[in-house]
Amino acid sequence: MNGVHDMGGMDGFGKVEPEPNEPVFHEEWESRVLAMVRAMGAAGAFNIDTSRFYRETIPPHVYLSSSYYKKWFLGLEEMLIEKGYLTREEVAAGHAMQPGKALKHGKFDLGQVERIMVRGKFARPAPAPAKFNIGDRVRAKNIHPTTHTRLPRYVRGHVGVVELNHGCHVFPDTAAMERGENPQWLYTVVFDGRDLWGEDGDPTLKVSIDAFEPYLDPA
Amino acid sequence: MFPGTTAHRRVSTANDQNAYLAAMSQDHDHHHDHDHSELSETELRVRALETVLTEKGYVEPAALDAIIQAYETKIGPHNGARVVAKAWTDPAFKQALLEDGSKAIGTLGHVSRVGDHLVVVENTPTRHNMVVCTLCSCYPWEMLGLPPVWYKASPYRSRAVKDPRGVLADFGVSVPKDIEIRVWDSTAETRFLVLPMRPAGTEGWSEEQLAELVTRDSMIGTGFPRTPGAPS
Repeated sequence: MNGVHDMGGMDGFGKVEPEPNEPVFHEEWESRVLAMVRAMGAAGAFNIDTSRFYRETIPPHVYLSSSYYKKWFLGLEEMLIEKGYLTREEVAAGHAMQPGKALKHGKFDLGQVERIMVRGKFARPAPAPAKFNIGDRVRAKNIHPTTHTRLPRYVRGHVGVVELNHGCHVFPDTAAMERGENPQWLYTVVFDGRDLWGEDGDPTLKVSIDAFEPYLDPA
Repeated sequence: MFPGTTAHRRVSTANDQNAYLAAMSQDHDHHHDHDHSELSETELRVRALETVLTEKGYVEPAALDAIIQAYETKIGPHNGARVVAKAWTDPAFKQALLEDGSKAIGTLGHVSRVGDHLVVVENTPTRHNMVVCTLCSCYPWEMLGLPPVWYKASPYRSRAVKDPRGVLADFGVSVPKDIEIRVWDSTAETRFLVLPMRPAGTEGWSEEQLAELVTRDSMIGTGFPRTPGAPS
């Protein structure tokens, strides 16, 4: 979806402000939100792409004015309600009012913690040969799905060069919408800075994205 | 979804106005002073959600504690720093690391379990690499820990792909004008770690000594390693 989360190339957000000796969490509730998201994801309530999509659908004015973990919280609560794991009444009351729904991987207890400290695997067997080779020129498609996609707006319609092939991976566009993993070839595609930003762009800049094969046409 | 949920919008709009007014009334030095009424409301909502998840039998609070403890104590830039220091001292490891980051780090065993999709990109005298996630906050957690606030915030996400030299200036970092700047936008489950150049004056240093010079930002590409003798 063409949401405010797709920020590459936008102006007006001001300077980057590094924080010396930044703590891991600024408030205790942030750590609880992180842990709940990891736990409920690991228990099978949602996949990582679905959780990203819910954060993207936070209304733009709220998205832009909420802290990072606030967005995680808003996305998590809405997602769990819509997936039927809890109700708005329960959230408002702060207590369970009916039995829980079965989780694909069961309750998230202490015994589960070790397994989530290793990143998940996203590579899948290839259903077909790769269409593109290293060095091929490709054009990012001019597509504007209203659902989840990982093709940022700032490269759409532009021509780049395939630099790396990462194998076949879970396709976020379908996984997020719970329409299956639908594995697709994944490439690093490099764009020239001035192709993206015009003649005034930095002549020494090259930008790459990791692009799934359905995002690309031969050029 | 959110726009159709009126209860949610009522709360969110109030938060939004508070946060906006708070933001407008703060100068840049105080951007972490959150509006207190908003904060307490958020805290209450987070606690309510955890209570519901616990009562419904979905999560064990002790397991949440253990997750938090792991992120606070076990994972952090020290993991990435050890990998970088080894690459600086062991040419065969460096070559393996650049060919397949996950596999090479896997052979170290004790460092961190990075999963399958880590790509290590090397800074050279002619190229400086920088990593961003314009769409969300993708970051090599296992190597660097949880990302800092600035990495996840709008200024960095919006500007890194268009004006990386301006972003570097915000960090007090300058890269010579004839050097290529390569920005890696982390748009999939691949994760990128920058291998910075080894600082001069470190000949004969041990891996442990070198690891002390490797900063988090030098592995994101928004900084350089410390210089020998400079205050850390």
